[in-house]
Amino acid sequence: MKTEYKYRVLALFSALVLFSIAILISGRTVDAASGGSITGKVKLNGTAPHQRGIDMSKEPTCAAIHKDKPVTMENVVAGADGGLADVVVYISQGLSGNEGASSEPVSITQKGCQYIPHVVALDVGQHMKVINADQTSHNIHPQPKNNPEWNKSQPPGAPPFDVTWANEEIAVPVKCNIHPWMHGYVAVVKGPFGVSDESGSFKLQGVAPGSYTLTAWQETYGTQTQKVTVAAGKPATADFTFTAK
Amino acid sequence: MHDMSHATEHHAHTPPQGFIRNYVFSLDHKVIGKQYYGLGLVAVITGMVLSWIMRIHLVWPNFAIPGLGLLSKAGAPGGIVTPEYYLQLMTMHGTLMVFFVLTNVPFAGFGNYFLPIQIGAEDMAFPRFNMMSFWTTFVAFLVLIAAFFVGDGPPLAGWTSYAPLSAVGGAAGPGEATGQTLWAISIAIFCIGQLLGSLNFISTTLDLRTKGMTLWRMPLSTWSWFITSCIGLTAFAVLLPACILLILDRTAGTSFFIPSGLVINDKLQPHSGGSTLLWQHLFWFFGHPEVYIAIVPAMGIVSHILINSMRRPMLSHRVIIYSLLAIGFLSYMVYGHHMFVSGMNPFSSLAFSFPTLLITIPSTVLVLIWIGSLYGSKLRITTASLFALGFISMFVSGGVSGFFLAQPSLDIYLHATYFVVGHFHMVMGVAAIFGMFAGTYFWFPKMFGRMMNETLGRVHFWLTFVGTYCIFMPFHYLGLAANVRRYSAFVDDYLQPLLGVHKFITIAALFTGAVQLIFLYNLIHSRFRGALAPANPWEATSLEWTMPSPPPFDNFGGRHPVVYHDPYQYGIEGATNDYVMQDSPEEIKSVRDER
Amino acid sequence: MAKFLAVTIVIIAIASAVPILRHTWAPPQDISTHGPLIDEQMSDTMAEAGISFLAAQIILAIFIWMFAGARPEGKIKTFPGGAKAMVIASLLLVGTEVLALGIFGQRAWASVYFTPPGPNAMPVQVQAGQFAFYFRYPGADGKFGPLHPEQINEGNQNFFGLDTANDPDSKDDIVTAELAIPVNREIHLLMHSKDVGHSFYVPELRVQQDFVPGLDVSLHFTATKVGKYEIVCTQLCGLGHYNMKAYLEVMSPDDFNSWLKQQAALQ
Repeated sequence: MKTEYKYRVLALFSALVLFSIAILISGRTVDAASGGSITGKVKLNGTAPHQRGIDMSKEPTCAAIHKDKPVTMENVVAGADGGLADVVVYISQGLSGNEGASSEPVSITQKGCQYIPHVVALDVGQHMKVINADQTSHNIHPQPKNNPEWNKSQPPGAPPFDVTWANEEIAVPVKCNIHPWMHGYVAVVKGPFGVSDESGSFKLQGVAPGSYTLTAWQETYGTQTQKVTVAAGKPATADFTFTAK
Repeated sequence: MHDMSHATEHHAHTPPQGFIRNYVFSLDHKVIGKQYYGLGLVAVITGMVLSWIMRIHLVWPNFAIPGLGLLSKAGAPGGIVTPEYYLQLMTMHGTLMVFFVLTNVPFAGFGNYFLPIQIGAEDMAFPRFNMMSFWTTFVAFLVLIAAFFVGDGPPLAGWTSYAPLSAVGGAAGPGEATGQTLWAISIAIFCIGQLLGSLNFISTTLDLRTKGMTLWRMPLSTWSWFITSCIGLTAFAVLLPACILLILDRTAGTSFFIPSGLVINDKLQPHSGGSTLLWQHLFWFFGHPEVYIAIVPAMGIVSHILINSMRRPMLSHRVIIYSLLAIGFLSYMVYGHHMFVSGMNPFSSLAFSFPTLLITIPSTVLVLIWIGSLYGSKLRITTASLFALGFISMFVSGGVSGFFLAQPSLDIYLHATYFVVGHFHMVMGVAAIFGMFAGTYFWFPKMFGRMMNETLGRVHFWLTFVGTYCIFMPFHYLGLAANVRRYSAFVDDYLQPLLGVHKFITIAALFTGAVQLIFLYNLIHSRFRGALAPANPWEATSLEWTMPSPPPFDNFGGRHPVVYHDPYQYGIEGATNDYVMQDSPEEIKSVRDER
Repeated sequence: MAKFLAVTIVIIAIASAVPILRHTWAPPQDISTHGPLIDEQMSDTMAEAGISFLAAQIILAIFIWMFAGARPEGKIKTFPGGAKAMVIASLLLVGTEVLALGIFGQRAWASVYFTPPGPNAMPVQVQAGQFAFYFRYPGADGKFGPLHPEQINEGNQNFFGLDTANDPDSKDDIVTAELAIPVNREIHLLMHSKDVGHSFYVPELRVQQDFVPGLDVSLHFTATKVGKYEIVCTQLCGLGHYNMKAYLEVMSPDDFNSWLKQQAALQ
């Protein structure tokens, strides 16, 4: 009887501790997002160009992953309702320069001999984890213009690489020489950024009130810009439309 | 040759004063010989440790090698070797072993020490050149080792550094930036050192022989160093410009070895007009004779030691010399057998195949004479003679696989497999190393005035002999099963069943490598604590045994010895002993004139 | 000590020969028309090399056994015939042996390299690059379109640098990542390297040939057995060398035709 009571107190106490930790953590996220935000949609006008199929027969472990759904190139990824994915939206003018990089690392995973996500955006100085989830060796070979170039193997089971970028660059192509079809981009920006999902939606968070020039970058179609004003406590919207060539 | 009137005069020279003049920038060929030997020892230990890391990585790829992560954070994060670092270690292993061990020790090391003594000279013809050649070699070594510590790590293109991989620079991947440039610079410097050394050896042999020392009366070891220096003079003279052109391609934007239209990482390279096969021709024009630069001195040393152990001269002194000359001469005409499937004209493959097959004839003559001379001899077993006999066994084992590789049609299947790795490790690596061990155990008393421990020596021999067979024989089997070389991991399905053989080889390599600690201990211990050596502990005949151990600074104490006999007067009936020394005026009643 | 050495040498020699005699690690079964010549040459050479190897090691061991140790009363004896016998033996035995190997061995070499591909040989282009092989079939027009190295873009799957918009010959070219070939049909392989040195090696096919950057070489062979085999690179090409491979699929003519159609649809 006595021991049971002891356990009950312990359980109650632990629950209390967990609860207060949860409040503390959620409070912090609320804090970070307290600035304004910019949301919007990226659309593709016209039909996307033909995305060639990728033959992974060289790497049977990867080919097996995609047995049911053949993989294609990802140079233009358009959703069913015209949304354009993998577009990086960032603030190209109007930043105060005081924006700190997020301490949360982003990640790029090599899985099924593809880069997931295909386009990753991050802040200057923000940490990026490069993960190999495949049963085969990859080499990660970014080919930047403003940052130092590197080229390293990552055998299966190797720990993730921890990478940071010192200079702004939109965008650094990344490739794997062992699997030449593997192709992705790392966009190194300053300040808030968003990357559009499959419906074309994106969101920039933590934008201080003010007027900005917003730039959207797509790997095949290049960049578009527009002006946007963010008022305190009110999300601004901005839509982009790229035209298929 | 010296004038007769000086033959009995004494001009004793005193050694220079001071540590630097005596031991560092010494002009004394004996000190320089020891310096080469010491450099070779450092290089061979480094090279062997690298091979251990490679062998471990091949069979236990996830094993973290303690401390390796500190040497290269990028190449071996946490001590686990990456694929590129494997190739970088492999390149360094090959370069260190071929250039700084196999060329340095049997040729430059022992040659420097004993060539002048064996011909009765008091030093090399050009002592200052001699010092320079060692120190250039030393600089070459430092430059090569520096490649471990540059940003991109050591080069990865193999000891053959085939263009364009070695020529296009960092674009071609890790290891192709500064490290590869350092490699080319190091080898170019090395060539200069060898050219100086070879010139010196040739001049010394031709000009400084003492009275009575005709060419035919030179010991076989001296003959082998002489022939090797002739090979070296021509071979390194080709590698030197080849390396300079490679450096220019890498740093000055020339295109000697880079053709137009190359696209690396989707970028068109700004080069045009070069030829990749040109590098291969230049490299192998050096590279094949290099094999003989490693093995011919070992052949000479082993013959010299075997004769002493057998207490009889070889069946024919001259046939051995002719065979060595034939091998040296043919070595230039066979280099194309490295390039049978390289894409050169298939008719050239035919032209290179026949001299390659022909070179087996003088090699067979040598083996038959060594074995035939054993017949009816009074073989004394010492550690030195054990290693010399082991050399013959290794040379035969490594040599017969040459039958396969000399044929273009079989090379289609065997090229770039472990069969080749087994072949050259046995015939030029292990065989030459056995020659070095034999030379060390034989000459150590002369060089340091103390005997080496025979018991430890024999233990060292047995474990090494069996161990090296366990490592290198299975390489041939892997090759027959089409196991491709220079792979840092075996991902292909057909290679999976061979992993067991690789494990066996790795264990044998770790074991045999550890055995070398016995040798190292013996070497260091005997240097300070070994029994004092008499002047002629092996009852040998050549001139190095006529002087005290270790020899005085000026070798013969200022006198010029006079030579009365052929070098190997053993098994003499009616002589005071069973042998007559070369400088002994004793008349030989039953002359053994086995020419 | 000497007798122990003699015994060790004999044991090592015999132990080394056993896996060869038992074919423990032998070349995989040949699937080419020229392969039997190479295999025959291989076993002839193995016999001659094996006999030389065993004979030399065993005689070395016997002489060490017999003549080691001081025999104070004994005299030095000379092998009957002396050096002359050795030279003559080398010239006759080894000389004829290597000459025979050299001359007969050329048949296999000639069958690969001295005969041009037949008029019905099917052309396939193979391009090697860090670190993958890609193959190109000429399509219905039987013509390969020209290569534009500056247009190579792996991200766009343009591995060869084809300009399909402007070159009519390139339009129907089929680019694949594996090499499928019909069985019993001669293949004319046109070998092109886009960056550094590589090599094309299929052990079962008894084919190995380097790619020469800047110089296109060609090769021809006929595969005789349906199956899937590995093509590996044997010329050190960089960090991914060990992972540079592709598959060779030898198919029945019908399977091959449908495979080619399927690939054409994927372009």
